[in-house]
Amino acid sequence: MRTTTQRALSGPTRPGTRRRNRFLAAAAVTSLVLGVTSACGGSDDPTESAEQESLGEGEVLTITTFGEFGYDELIDEWNAANPDVQVEQTKISQWDDWKAEMNTNLQANSGMPDIAAIEGDFMPALIAAPDRWVDLSSDDLDGRWLEFKVDGATTSDGELLGYATDAGPEAICYRADLLEKAGLPSDREEVAAALGTWDDYYAMGDEFVKKMPGTAWYDASGSIAQAMLNQVEYPFQTEDDTVDVENPELEAVYETVTSNVNTLSTKAAQWSDDWSAGFKKDGFATMPCPGWMRSVIKDNTGDPAPKGAVWDVADVFPGGGGNWGGSYLSVPKSSTHQDEAMEVAAWLTAPEQQLKIFEGYGNFPSAIEALEDPGLLSSTDEYFNDAPVGEIFSSRASAIEVQPYKGPLYSDILQKFQDAINRVDQGTDPQKSWDTFLSDVQALQ
Amino acid sequence: MSTSSDRPAGDVATATDPAGGSPAPHGAGRRTSGSDDPDRRRLVRRQRRSRWDLKLSPYLYISPFFLLFALVGLYPLLYTAYLSFFDWNRAYYIRGDFIGLDNYKFVLTDPTFLKSLVNTFSIFLLSSVPQILLALAIAALLDRSLRAATFWRMSVLLPFVVAPTAAVLIFGSLFADQYGLINQFLASIGIDKIAWHVDRLWSHVAIASMVNWRWTGYNALILLAAMQAVPRELYESAALDGAGKIRQFVSVTLPLIRPTMIFVIVTSTIGGLQIFTEPRLFDDTVSREGGPDHQYMTSTLYIYARGIEDQFYGRASAAAWVLFLIIVSIAVLNFVITRYLTRRHTS
Repeated sequence: MRTTTQRALSGPTRPGTRRRNRFLAAAAVTSLVLGVTSACGGSDDPTESAEQESLGEGEVLTITTFGEFGYDELIDEWNAANPDVQVEQTKISQWDDWKAEMNTNLQANSGMPDIAAIEGDFMPALIAAPDRWVDLSSDDLDGRWLEFKVDGATTSDGELLGYATDAGPEAICYRADLLEKAGLPSDREEVAAALGTWDDYYAMGDEFVKKMPGTAWYDASGSIAQAMLNQVEYPFQTEDDTVDVENPELEAVYETVTSNVNTLSTKAAQWSDDWSAGFKKDGFATMPCPGWMRSVIKDNTGDPAPKGAVWDVADVFPGGGGNWGGSYLSVPKSSTHQDEAMEVAAWLTAPEQQLKIFEGYGNFPSAIEALEDPGLLSSTDEYFNDAPVGEIFSSRASAIEVQPYKGPLYSDILQKFQDAINRVDQGTDPQKSWDTFLSDVQALQ
Repeated sequence: MSTSSDRPAGDVATATDPAGGSPAPHGAGRRTSGSDDPDRRRLVRRQRRSRWDLKLSPYLYISPFFLLFALVGLYPLLYTAYLSFFDWNRAYYIRGDFIGLDNYKFVLTDPTFLKSLVNTFSIFLLSSVPQILLALAIAALLDRSLRAATFWRMSVLLPFVVAPTAAVLIFGSLFADQYGLINQFLASIGIDKIAWHVDRLWSHVAIASMVNWRWTGYNALILLAAMQAVPRELYESAALDGAGKIRQFVSVTLPLIRPTMIFVIVTSTIGGLQIFTEPRLFDDTVSREGGPDHQYMTSTLYIYARGIEDQFYGRASAAAWVLFLIIVSIAVLNFVITRYLTRRHTS
């Protein structure tokens, strides 16, 4: 090895090797330029399960979650009870960031945690390539979760690729103080009675902004679009996974949302700085509100809430029920501690734990036993004007009639769809933005 | 008069040239003609060994860099070229079929890519040009006898030490469209708010100002180092000839720091065409692809979005190569222009 190196390196002293120097110099510059895209070719077969090892001294089981799963206390509890299986959590603030990182890890076939949190919308992509993930099905866990959650994570061969963490039945969260100021019904029952359909919702919004010109009706065009989308049966793909975004239902959602951009929306993109700031500054009055949104509202508005700000939640969702979000815990085949990982994931998604998370963070359970728990049904939330949140979200869960069909590209197309809505928020002509959306979707295939 | 002031300048330039590592002519390599004497043969062998030592050792010493470079630079480079001719299986994250130039066709006809190229150049011009001018001015100011000179010089470097991510977060709240500090200030004095994240040009200005904030001090210090090497006598004689401060700067300082200027210009060109962190984090919509309408998506961001996010490594690789070729041609152009300027000056 050494001699060959020497010989190769003695080269430049010979005549005519100047060019080689040049080449090296050029190559050095190249590395600066292309450093971004170094693609690693993993040589091991990623569909092969990693060799299993037992957890050694000082080794931990890793889990990566995004947003707020409410696992901090639970993991402490687990670690105290299980000195042999210590769990360490990595929290990433947003799903899209974790999705990008996970894609990179899967591509490189390294760096995946033992347990990965998967957003419900991304589950179809896992189903499309199931042999990179551990089949988690076990007879003990049959019937633990809501049927649609289990179906969403089950392959055609009957493998279960994820344990459901939570469900996202949607209600309407609203600022009671602002509605009152506008002279509109602000009482929980009155609001619920007034917002039965989307037409009602938009009509009340028009009335609201007339009286309160400085405040928008809802938090973001994107979140309303998402809420309406959750009631469409085939939003982006048909049953055989053909991409079909030019369907009348999707176009109707797009048209409704974009035509109200200038009147009812904050025009801030969901999760942006301006969007977060809007919570504190009376930026908007209502928002679609899946269970997990409660902790988002608390974090952004501040706890205790600024003086005068009163959040409340109404037992209603325009156009019937809807489910937004709800995630899974999955175990990649690259994990070297799959049994322990399954055990921890099963524990974290058990009804008892889901109830504790609901109490502390608001994420609504997906386990049937938890849904029937009397403690859950009687639970109230002081922050939301002492609303009976347990009862409200249970009633919202039973109102869900449509589960949108999600093909493998659902998560990717949804992102492009949100981009299209955001463009209109920023002032692009809706038709032009729609055309860009179509070409964006075309580029995904 | 002008020639007399030019000549010493040229002399000093060669004397202080930092790249003065002109290969020292060493006689050791010269061949002593071989002899058949067996006693001398061993000597010859030893001499040959020492000659090999002289010839080889320098290359061995620098070899770690090149070995490392081959591993982390050349290999990815060539592999990227290879990938750019293949389709990509997104579900399994593996290479698909050979598809020839299709990826290049996709990239070159993708309006988003063309938009990103325009953005790249716009942000590059908005950042590099003011940045170098400002760095030059700061360096000139620091190149005087100041009290606590080290303190001032180090404070210029401070922004460079701050992690770019942290810096972008701070700038993000400065430039937020509705509740940002700058816009709240503008609103309070009765000027319309600026749509930093919407308007294409303003978003470029915002990003360029983050880049400038970070790199101006760094470039200023490099230029300052070059200025410090300018012999003070030259300023004295220039002053005797009646040149004012500005004339001194233009006629003495600038010509003498030219090699360093070229270095700063070339590095900030390469850096300016590869801006990534700032536009990536400036965008606070979830997809982070340089604004929903890609108003400030740079080409490196395009590569990232196509590769890491959309999982089309073939297309990303093709885009990377297109960008690479563009940057190389600009570097060559830079080189030719500066060479032309230098030659004209020394003749």
